[in-house]
Amino acid sequence: MNDLRPNTYSQPDAKGRFGEFGGLYVPETLMPLVLELNAAWQSAKADPTFWAEYHSLLKHFVGRPSPLYLAERLTAHHGGAKIYFKREELNHTGAHKINNCIGQILLARRMGRTRIIAETGAGQHGVASATVCAKFDLPLVVYMGATDVERQAPNVFRMKLMGAEVTPVTAGNGTLKDALNEALRDWVTNVDDTYYMIGTAAGMHPYPEMVRDFQTVIGKETREQILEQEGRLPDAVIACIGGGSNAIGMFHPFIDDETVQIVGVEAAGHGLEVYNGHSASLNGGRPGVLHGNRTYLLQDDDGQILEGHSISAGLDYPGIGPEHAHLFKTGRARYITATDDEALEAFQLTSKLEGIIPALESSHAIARVGELAREIGKDGIVVLNLSGRGDKDIATVSKRLGLGGISA
Amino acid sequence: MTVSRIDARFAALKSENRAAFIAYVMAGDPDLDTTFEILKGLPAAGADLIELGFPFSDPMAEGPTIQHAAERSLKAGTKIRDVFELVRRFREVDETTPLILMGYMNPVEFLGYDAWAARMAQVGADGMIVVDCPPEEADGLADALDAQDVALIRLVTPTSDTERLKTLVKRTRGFVYYVSVTGVTGVKEINVAAIQDEVAKVREAAQLPVAVGFGIRTAERAAEVARIADGAVVGSALVDEIKLALSRSEALEPTKKLPDSQAASAKVLEKAAILAQAVRSAR
Ligand SMILES: Cc1ncc(COP(=O)(O)O)c(C=O)c1O
Repeated sequence: MNDLRPNTYSQPDAKGRFGEFGGLYVPETLMPLVLELNAAWQSAKADPTFWAEYHSLLKHFVGRPSPLYLAERLTAHHGGAKIYFKREELNHTGAHKINNCIGQILLARRMGRTRIIAETGAGQHGVASATVCAKFDLPLVVYMGATDVERQAPNVFRMKLMGAEVTPVTAGNGTLKDALNEALRDWVTNVDDTYYMIGTAAGMHPYPEMVRDFQTVIGKETREQILEQEGRLPDAVIACIGGGSNAIGMFHPFIDDETVQIVGVEAAGHGLEVYNGHSASLNGGRPGVLHGNRTYLLQDDDGQILEGHSISAGLDYPGIGPEHAHLFKTGRARYITATDDEALEAFQLTSKLEGIIPALESSHAIARVGELAREIGKDGIVVLNLSGRGDKDIATVSKRLGLGGISA
Repeated sequence: MTVSRIDARFAALKSENRAAFIAYVMAGDPDLDTTFEILKGLPAAGADLIELGFPFSDPMAEGPTIQHAAERSLKAGTKIRDVFELVRRFREVDETTPLILMGYMNPVEFLGYDAWAARMAQVGADGMIVVDCPPEEADGLADALDAQDVALIRLVTPTSDTERLKTLVKRTRGFVYYVSVTGVTGVKEINVAAIQDEVAKVREAAQLPVAVGFGIRTAERAAEVARIADGAVVGSALVDEIKLALSRSEALEPTKKLPDSQAASAKVLEKAAILAQAVRSAR
């Protein structure tokens, strides 16, 4: 089994630092728990039986490997490099989030935890959490911003159907950051029995490392598949960035391959120039400390965290996983942005050209893939991580396009 | 002054054989003038030390009461420089009551450790509690505060075992803050009998006074704590008085005008006096 870091790049260090980012900034009440979690994770990581169970579930329950698919009409439309989709939207529950939930639920069981909590933005992580909790018969409380509960109604229904309790959070703007705060408050209060299943490669050590390691299945499969289909590595990989889990899952196995460009796409919302109107933490933020780690954050001129904005609930977060902060700072990866409008256009284009309705999150990456493909040119290969399907977004999009309501 | 102001206060209390009553309020809740009135009045109301919260947008260890206080403060436009200015004004009227700043890491990071520590020393703030900065991440801040002789006060919790305790007390100065419940501020109620031994253990390990907080809402509990610890911290119960004063004034005034700061601060000081009396007569 080759589930450990495959290459010479070896981050984070023992303190959870990716260069100057990451770390462990939590209230003292949580410290013993987080240290215990890290010990349990380090032991699981070194245990082949843990990975055997993980891979078996990915194959039979999730439906992996997900296909690597040549998007022919999109490629022709843009007239540049070949564009391949890594079809994470075909996973059970419709996004990459389940890869992480399978890993974490196995860890929670290994630790003997009897109650699970999770935060969710778009609801995809909430649904994936509800799915594994139903399967393993564990009670789940999902914290979800009240705004997101509204704009992702179909996912709220799916979570409840699978037996999860969904708690709307009204603090702040009622989006992902507020849901994370509330999940942390729950954890501080219920330290004896509760496992916190974080949905992205962010937060305190060891989550950024652990979630990444559960998501690198994406990049590892991509590597094998592209070698099989094209006989060589791609010229670039591209993915959207919320907290950064689907992106790091795709990027990480390619970090050592200098010929492979790594491109992340942040949400520019109403535009990078609009104050508090976007969710581009790298392109529009500065380093600080939030939710247990040091990373780039959207903040005002006094160190208060801004809410930010994106049409896509899954990207509407003022921070970013610390490993992306590190890759940004070192220049190994490039981070660009796409606005709400550009994502909406890509959403429709992909539906019409490819017969695939992408998640609004993934649509941000699609919005920039044309330029990238042209930049690389005809003989090139670009792989785009199609992180999720867009069924959950049809009401939002229909409303934005003035096509009236859809009861999802 | 600074750390020595804290040490002097606890030494004096010890010679009087009584515990400290420590009052927490949020700077700028609901506005800076009200906070100043409260700070000014607290020593006379019986507060032996003061904790002044500085607002943060994402206070992840606070219950609803202090979350809302931070929201009110930020909505009123409170800036970190205003918090330092409050302390400076307080020092013009009180030179002996130790004042501790309490809050979260990001505003400190934003200003920079050295600038933050220097500002504290300049205005006369004596100690600092950072909720989301465990010892593992605190060396840089601790160095900056040490250089200005400002105390970094650590939190010890019911989840801290003997091994952990050793790490926690290492660079603590002034006193140790024992968090009496697992949870956020102002929600669970303290069980004093259950923590008595822990408090003694912490005092032994740190060789410093131990103040207990997070679950004390009533005079009765405050008195119980005063019998087993060197200080009792009350926050949410005082902050609630501000909220009450606000909702009363909203009910009375159709224009939803804020109450004049006299009314809200008087309520907080009244409550503080009751709690202080309970702590003073406990032993
Ligand atoms: C389909 C999809 N893609 C991407 C994201 C963004 O998260 P991350 O950056 O962790 O992949 C989400 C989050 O909800 C999502 O649902």
